[in-house]
Amino acid sequence: MVWESVIGLEVHVSLSTASKLFSGTASNFGADPNTQANVFDLAMPGTLPVLNEEALKMAVKFGLAIGAQIGKHSVFDRKNYFYPDLPKGYQVTQLDFPTVGKGSISITLEDGSEKVIGITRAHIEENAGKSLHDEFSNESGIDLNRAGEPLLEIVSEPEITSAKEAVAYLKKLHSIVRYLDISDAIMAQGSMRCDVNVSIRKQGENKLGTRTEIKNINSFRFVEKAINSETERQQEIIEDGGSITQETRRYDSTKDITTSMRSKEIANDYRYFPEPDLLPVKIDESYIKSIEQELPELPDIKKDRFMTEYQLSTYDSGVLTSSLEIADYYEIVVKHCQDSKLAANWVTGNLLAMLNQLELDLASSPVRAEDLGCLISRIKDKTISGKIAKTVFDTLINSNLSVDEVIEQKGLKQVTDTAAIEELVMQVIDENPDQVIQLREGKEQVLGYLVGQAMKLSQGKANPSQVSQLLKLKIQ
Amino acid sequence: MLEKTVAELSKALRSQEVSSVELTQAYLEKIAAVNERLNTYITTCDELALKQASKADQLIADGNQNPLLGIPIAHKDIFCTKNIKTTCGSKMLENFVSPYDATIVSKLNKAGAVTLGKTNMDEFAMGSSNETSYFGSVKNPWDTSKVPGGSSGGSAAAVAADLCAIATGTDTGGSIRQPASFCGVTGLKPSYGRVSRWGMIAFASSLDQAGPISKSAEDAAILMNVIAGPDNLDSTSSRTPVVDYTLNLNDSLYGLKIGVPKQHFTEGLSADVEESIRLSLKEFEKLGASITQVDLPNNHLSVPAYYVVAPAEASANLSRYDGVRYGFRCDNPIDLEDMYMRTRSEGFGSEVKRRIMIGTYALSAGYYDAYYQKAQKIRRLIKNDFDAAFETVDVIVGPTSPHTAFSLGATTDPVKMYLEDIYTIAVNLAGLPGISIPTGFGGNLPIGMQIIGKEFAEAKLLNVAHQYQQVTEWHKSKPSENFGE
Repeated sequence: MVWESVIGLEVHVSLSTASKLFSGTASNFGADPNTQANVFDLAMPGTLPVLNEEALKMAVKFGLAIGAQIGKHSVFDRKNYFYPDLPKGYQVTQLDFPTVGKGSISITLEDGSEKVIGITRAHIEENAGKSLHDEFSNESGIDLNRAGEPLLEIVSEPEITSAKEAVAYLKKLHSIVRYLDISDAIMAQGSMRCDVNVSIRKQGENKLGTRTEIKNINSFRFVEKAINSETERQQEIIEDGGSITQETRRYDSTKDITTSMRSKEIANDYRYFPEPDLLPVKIDESYIKSIEQELPELPDIKKDRFMTEYQLSTYDSGVLTSSLEIADYYEIVVKHCQDSKLAANWVTGNLLAMLNQLELDLASSPVRAEDLGCLISRIKDKTISGKIAKTVFDTLINSNLSVDEVIEQKGLKQVTDTAAIEELVMQVIDENPDQVIQLREGKEQVLGYLVGQAMKLSQGKANPSQVSQLLKLKIQ
Repeated sequence: MLEKTVAELSKALRSQEVSSVELTQAYLEKIAAVNERLNTYITTCDELALKQASKADQLIADGNQNPLLGIPIAHKDIFCTKNIKTTCGSKMLENFVSPYDATIVSKLNKAGAVTLGKTNMDEFAMGSSNETSYFGSVKNPWDTSKVPGGSSGGSAAAVAADLCAIATGTDTGGSIRQPASFCGVTGLKPSYGRVSRWGMIAFASSLDQAGPISKSAEDAAILMNVIAGPDNLDSTSSRTPVVDYTLNLNDSLYGLKIGVPKQHFTEGLSADVEESIRLSLKEFEKLGASITQVDLPNNHLSVPAYYVVAPAEASANLSRYDGVRYGFRCDNPIDLEDMYMRTRSEGFGSEVKRRIMIGTYALSAGYYDAYYQKAQKIRRLIKNDFDAAFETVDVIVGPTSPHTAFSLGATTDPVKMYLEDIYTIAVNLAGLPGISIPTGFGGNLPIGMQIIGKEFAEAKLLNVAHQYQQVTEWHKSKPSENFGE
C-alpha cells in the first residue's frame, strides 16, 4: 500500500514589538519572572486593552510579503478558557476577521523544483504566560512576562505532503519573517513555535484521513522527525485494521515518538465572541500602500537578482538568500573582492561548513565578510594560491589578525619570482627522470604530478600556473 | 449646609462662608451617625478626605476657581481607587486595594474633589435593588423599608440623604437612572464612550457607562465637565469633542419637540407614576415645548436582548476572578480545579452566578447564533427605532421606572426584577444618553422622569432637565430626618 501524508502547519511567531499587544509593558526574553507585567497584564479589575499599532503593521507587512488579502476590517475576539497563566480567563485573538487572509509562499523541493504552499490566514493574538512547575514543591508558579506578547499565527493549507516539505515550508516562513524583521523567530526560545496537523491517506484518494495535531514543536529537526514518526504510527494502526483518533499529541524527542495529550472530543468550548473592549480595526488602501513601500527585498526576489546580477546558479542563489544574514554577508564579500562566483564558492562552501562545525550563527562568525572579501582578493591578485587561502582562512578563525597580516607573518606569500621558480622546476626535473621521460612521450597527466612536487617543495607558495608553464617549457 | 447643591457649595467655599475641611467633617459626622441605618457606604476614608479638604482650602485661598475644588464626593465602589478598598459589592474583592486610580477618579482628584468614601452597590453592578450586595442592601432614605434601586443604590441614597454633595455611578441597564428615580435625585447616564471606562470594573463592556448622581441637573453638568472626554487608556472612549455642559443650561425650551413613546405608557405602569409624568409634560408645554407621540416598536425586545448581551460579556469579564492573582481564594484548595470551583462558588453571590451561567450558555457552541447573534440584531433594531424617532423629536420623555421604590425583599423572582429596567435598558443597548430627574411623589416615595437624547446630546438633556428644575421644586424635596421610620 502506498500512503500519502497530508500535513498542515500552524506556526506562531512572536512579533518583535517594543511593547506587548495591548499594554505598554516591554516584552524582552529572559527577564526575571513577573518584572514585565503591568496592571493590564495581571488582569487587574477595570483595566482595558489598547491595540499596539506596531503589531498590526507587522501583521500587514507579513500579509503583503505572502501576497495575501489584507483584512480592511479585522475584529478581535475573546477565546474563553480557564488556566492560571491566562490572567483574564480569555485570550484575545481574531476568529472570523483576521488581519491577513489567503496568501501563499513558494518552497524549493529536493529535486530543485518549486512548490507553492497556500496560507489560509494569519491572525494576531496575545500570548499566555508561563507556568513554573519545577521551582516550587507542591505548588506552581506563574510568570506573566510573556502574557500579552503579540503573536502572529500563520495557518497553512493542508498542502504539504512530506516531513521534508514541512521543514522547507517552515524554513521559508522563518526566512520571510526574518527578512521583514518582524520577529526573532528563534525556535529554541519559543519566538517561533509550530503545531503540526498530520493525516494519511491512500495515494490518489481525495478524502482526507482523520488527523492528529502535534503541539509545540521547537526545532526544524524535531518537526521532521515528529512528522515521520507520526505518519509511521498512523500507517501501522491503519494497516493493522485500526482507526486514527482525532486528538492532540506531543512529540517526545528522546524516544522519537508522539504521545497522546488529550482527545478532541472533550475539547473546550471556547465560547468565542467579539472583544467588546476593542473597536474593529479599520485600515484603508493608503495605509496598506505605505506599508508596501516599506517592504524590503524579499527572498524570492533577491534570489532572482542574485542569479542575474551575480551570474550564480539557482542552487547557490537559493542557499545565499535563504537568510537575510547570509545574503548580506555575501554581498559584502562581493563588494570587497569583485568576484561573485569565487565569493559564492567561499560562502556556501568553507564559511558555512566552518559555522556548521563550530555551531555558530553568521552574526557570530569569527571571519568577517570584509576579511573573506580581502582573502579572495589576494587569490585574485595572485598574492596567494587558493590552497594557501584555505590555510589563511583557518588561521583567521582563531586570530584577530587581518588577512594581510596572516599572510605576512606566516610567510605565505606566493612565489612569483621567475628565478626562484626556475630553481624549483630544475630540482623537480632532476629528481623525477622517469616522469620527465613519460611526459616527453606525451603522457600529459604526469604534468600535474610534477607541478604537485614543485608545490610541495615550495610549501605551497609557488604560483602553480607559473610552475606548470615553466615545466612544459623546460621539458619539451 | 449639607443639603446644598455643588453649585451652591462652591460659592459658599469661595466666599469663605464654610471651609472644605468643615464641610467634609460635617459630612463624615453625618455618615458616621446614619450609615448603620442606610448602609450607603462600604468604605469611608476620613483621614484621606480631610487631607484632600485641607489642600483644597489652600488652593481656594490661592484663588483657584475649579467648581469642584473642595466638594465632598462619593464614588461608587466599582471605580478603582488607589489606597482605598474597591470591593464592587462582592466578597470576591472584599479586601481588594487597587494599585491604580480609575480615570474618572484621577480626573476628579485633579479637579480637587474630596473623596468621602466608596458607596454600596449590587454585586458587580448586577441588580436593580441593591439587594445583591455582599455588604447588605442599602435602605431608601425616604423609607428604610424600601429599596434604593440599583445598582448605584448607595450613591443615589447618599446624595438623597445628604451624605455627600454629589456621587459617581455607573449604568449598564439603568443603574444610575433607576436608583436616582427611587431616591428622588438627578442621575445622568451619558452616551456610550463619553466617559472613560478605565478603572471602572467591567460588568458588560459594550453597555457600561459612568455618570453623575446629583442634587440638580446643573450639578450633573459641573461633574460632566470634569469626567467626560476621550481617554487613551479606553479604546472605546469617543473622540467626539466634549462641550461645556453648563453653557446651555439656560437655553429656552421654546420650540423643543418632545416625543413620548407609547410603549412607555402601557400595562404595568402604575397610575401615580403615569399621572406625575403627564403633569410634567404639561410643565414642558408651559415652557414652550410641543409634545408628540413616538413609536419604539421593538422596546419589548430590549429586556430579553439585554439579558443575553450583558450576561454574555459579563461571563467573560468575570473570568479573571479565579483566586490566582488577587481577591478571594478558597481555603486549602486540593488542586487547580478545586481552587477555581470553590473560589468562584464561595466568592460570588447567587445573582452573579446566575448571570455567568446565562452568559456562558448564550455563548456556547450551537447556541451562539440563536442567542448572542440574535440579540445583537435586536440591538440594531432598537437603535433604528430611536434614530427614526429622533428624526421628528429632539428628546424623548417618559417614566424612568414603572413604579416607585418597592419593599426590601419583595421581589424574589429574577425575571420580575429584570423587568424593573423596562424603560431604561433600550437606552444602553442604543448607546444613548438618558437622565432621570424627580417629578413628584407616589405616597412619600419619589417618582422619576427619564429624558432620552440623541448620541452625545448630554448638553441638551441637561438643558431640558435644568429648565424643568427652574420651574419645579421636586428635586429640592428632602427625606425626613428619621428616613420615614
